[in-house]
Amino acid sequence: MRKQLSLQPRIKDTGSPRLAGYNFAYLDEGTKRMIRRAILKAVAIPGHQVPFGSREMPLPLGWGTGGIQVTASVIGPDDILKVIDQGSDDTTNAVSIRRFFTQTTGVRTTEKTREATLIQTRHRIPETPLGPEQIIIFQVPIPEPLRFLEPREVETCKMHGLAEYGVMYVKLYEDISAHGRIATAYNYPVMVHHRYVTSPSPIPRFDNPKMDRMPALQLFGAGREKRIYAIPPYTTVKSLDFEDHPFEIEKWDHCCALCGSSESYLDEIVTDDQGGRLFVCSDTDYCEERRVAGHKSAPPDTVKLAITRLKRGK
Amino acid sequence: MSIQDEEPLLKAVGVTKYFGSRVGCRDVSFDLWPGEVLGVVGESGSGKTTLLSSLSRHLEPSAGSVKYCMEQEGLVDVASLSEPQRRRLMRTEWGMVRQNPREGLRMRVSAGANVGERLMALGARHYGKIRSEVLNWLDRVEIDTSRVDDSPETFSGGMLQRLQIARNLVTRPRLVLMDEPTGGLDVSVQARLLDLLRSLVSDLELSLIIVTHDLAVVRLLAHRLLVMRNGEVIESGLTDQVLDDPHHPYTQLLVSSVIQP
Amino acid sequence: MEPMILIENLQKSFFLHLQGGLNLSILNGIDMEVYTGECLALSGPSGSGKSTLLRLLYANYKVHGGSILLKHQGQWIDMARAEPRKVLEIRKLTIGYVSQFLRVIPRVPALDLLMEPLRRLSVPVQQARDQAEAMLMRLNIPERLWGISPTTFSGGEQQRINIARSFMNPYPIMLLDEPTASLDATNRRVVIEMIQEAKSRGTAMVGVFHDEEVRDAVSSRTFDMTNQ
Repeated sequence: MRKQLSLQPRIKDTGSPRLAGYNFAYLDEGTKRMIRRAILKAVAIPGHQVPFGSREMPLPLGWGTGGIQVTASVIGPDDILKVIDQGSDDTTNAVSIRRFFTQTTGVRTTEKTREATLIQTRHRIPETPLGPEQIIIFQVPIPEPLRFLEPREVETCKMHGLAEYGVMYVKLYEDISAHGRIATAYNYPVMVHHRYVTSPSPIPRFDNPKMDRMPALQLFGAGREKRIYAIPPYTTVKSLDFEDHPFEIEKWDHCCALCGSSESYLDEIVTDDQGGRLFVCSDTDYCEERRVAGHKSAPPDTVKLAITRLKRGK
Repeated sequence: MSIQDEEPLLKAVGVTKYFGSRVGCRDVSFDLWPGEVLGVVGESGSGKTTLLSSLSRHLEPSAGSVKYCMEQEGLVDVASLSEPQRRRLMRTEWGMVRQNPREGLRMRVSAGANVGERLMALGARHYGKIRSEVLNWLDRVEIDTSRVDDSPETFSGGMLQRLQIARNLVTRPRLVLMDEPTGGLDVSVQARLLDLLRSLVSDLELSLIIVTHDLAVVRLLAHRLLVMRNGEVIESGLTDQVLDDPHHPYTQLLVSSVIQP
Repeated sequence: MEPMILIENLQKSFFLHLQGGLNLSILNGIDMEVYTGECLALSGPSGSGKSTLLRLLYANYKVHGGSILLKHQGQWIDMARAEPRKVLEIRKLTIGYVSQFLRVIPRVPALDLLMEPLRRLSVPVQQARDQAEAMLMRLNIPERLWGISPTTFSGGEQQRINIARSFMNPYPIMLLDEPTASLDATNRRVVIEMIQEAKSRGTAMVGVFHDEEVRDAVSSRTFDMTNQ
């Protein structure tokens, strides 16, 4: 095991004081044990949703309570936590959740992916590849990938149990017949370990390939729906597709305006009212790291041409 | 003649279903051969739908057995199949056409997806091939192929029923159970549907069990007939013989009650 | 000449529950034989059971006593006791029936109706169509009607379709119930010809003919149903 999990919360001086009156990481130890049991089950059956007794958290449902409960159950005083939302460390949600953990655990936090031992995320997987010592925890709104076509829980349970996934391909078929291609942009369903169809959470399809045989442990928590699932390290994760319409990730015509990366997921930012826009890496830490290393964006051709003309003119 | 022609496709013995102390159907026995259409007639409450549900195992029979000759395995007792096996059976060798087509279709996906679903459930993974199979079947049931991507919500009752039939037949089942397939349809639409069923039965060597209260439907489609009343089979035999020479008083009543236009 | 039909002590009555339990005894123990190449005409007043006997032979009615033996594929089968599946096989291969009324199936064109008996025997489509067309021409059905369902045909036209359909397949046994009713002289003659051809083919036929001209032209023997 990477670290000892003890019943007694160790109060170690990490520099940030913990809020008095709360147990380490907010949840009581009994709850943490219940959630860890669910996590163990989930790890033992990759991609299978395990019900758990989701608790009241000081955040409303739909704001990441599942992810928070999973993090709270595995976090220890020696962990280094990174929290991102849509790839960024400084959006409101990421800030709130990070502060919550600082106040209830006192653990060190970081914005650097490479430094973190635990990464809680909403809607993105970091660009920097994760290592075997890391755990990534996803916030999941709807854990059931079949829910959109089959509203009955009893029926979806049976379908997973019997591996009856025809209906999932119906959805992909519908996409192709309506749009000419599989149009699902995020929450693109995957087959985990050749057995369970799983929702990867609303990450863009761009991130799906990162899940395949990832060295880090991937945990998924859905607080409102009360489900936990997991993908153990080095597990095969394959995005569903048709033989004649294979899975493809998004591509951009641009590279990042700040660091010049043409490999990362780009956010489009509207800069003015005249239609000006900028494409920048959604993963802020990744972009920062590249800039620090000296990468710059290549200026657009029109600008290059202008510079050349200017030089000639001199 | 293949071996399967010498063995019945379906063997029902003493099928009985009680609802508490009330009889749903009692002691129904019959054999069904490949390519044969069996009609089950009777008025509301006669037990015919209960019989159908007991055969398809939507209801668990109180007594009796249903044996089906599977393609690979031969004659098996349907009760001995595990649930995954039975669900697979209902999606491959058997079909079920319900009286209300909305219950037998996915109304929120396109017509084409409805027809292709079973293929995809069985592992078909080539979009182009699935689509051409789907178009082929829509054509077969006389639905304009340009409607392939339309929602079934835009279909008429007759079209929905034909779509349901296509959805069931795409896996080339050997036995199809039908509950009042022409219920609620206009007369001309009925005629079209019956004609379609007639040709499908002969082209595909389908066996059908049709439950209906409409004697004209069985006259046209069924080779043999079971007449049910109060849960029991009171008369059975060749369709034309039961309808032209009815013996049981209830059968005589039933036959004479049909209003001739 | 060999026997194709052997009827022994055939009994049939109707119990009409709806008429207060009225028991109509129609046949009281008939014995009859029919041989290849002959046409046996049933005679007798109306109500004597002529049509009933034909229907019993076809297993359209149920027998109450006695037996009806038919030569089917070289074997003797008792129609009175045969399994429904066997009866359907016999109707497909051995015995044809011309009734007085054509049961009309909406939407099925006349040509397809005629092709059906052959298609059921796996005769190739083109051959079946050619034979059907030849038959339609013989019975003077205008070509414009071939692709239309007989629902809208006149009584005579419907009857000709009926006959045509029954004569498509050369059955070893044929039952004819007033085949020329509602036909004009020309078409009556065509039907007489067809029956005579069947006879010379060796078909065993049993018929009810009210038309004397037809009866005299085709029947080899008569069987009087009065007091049977």
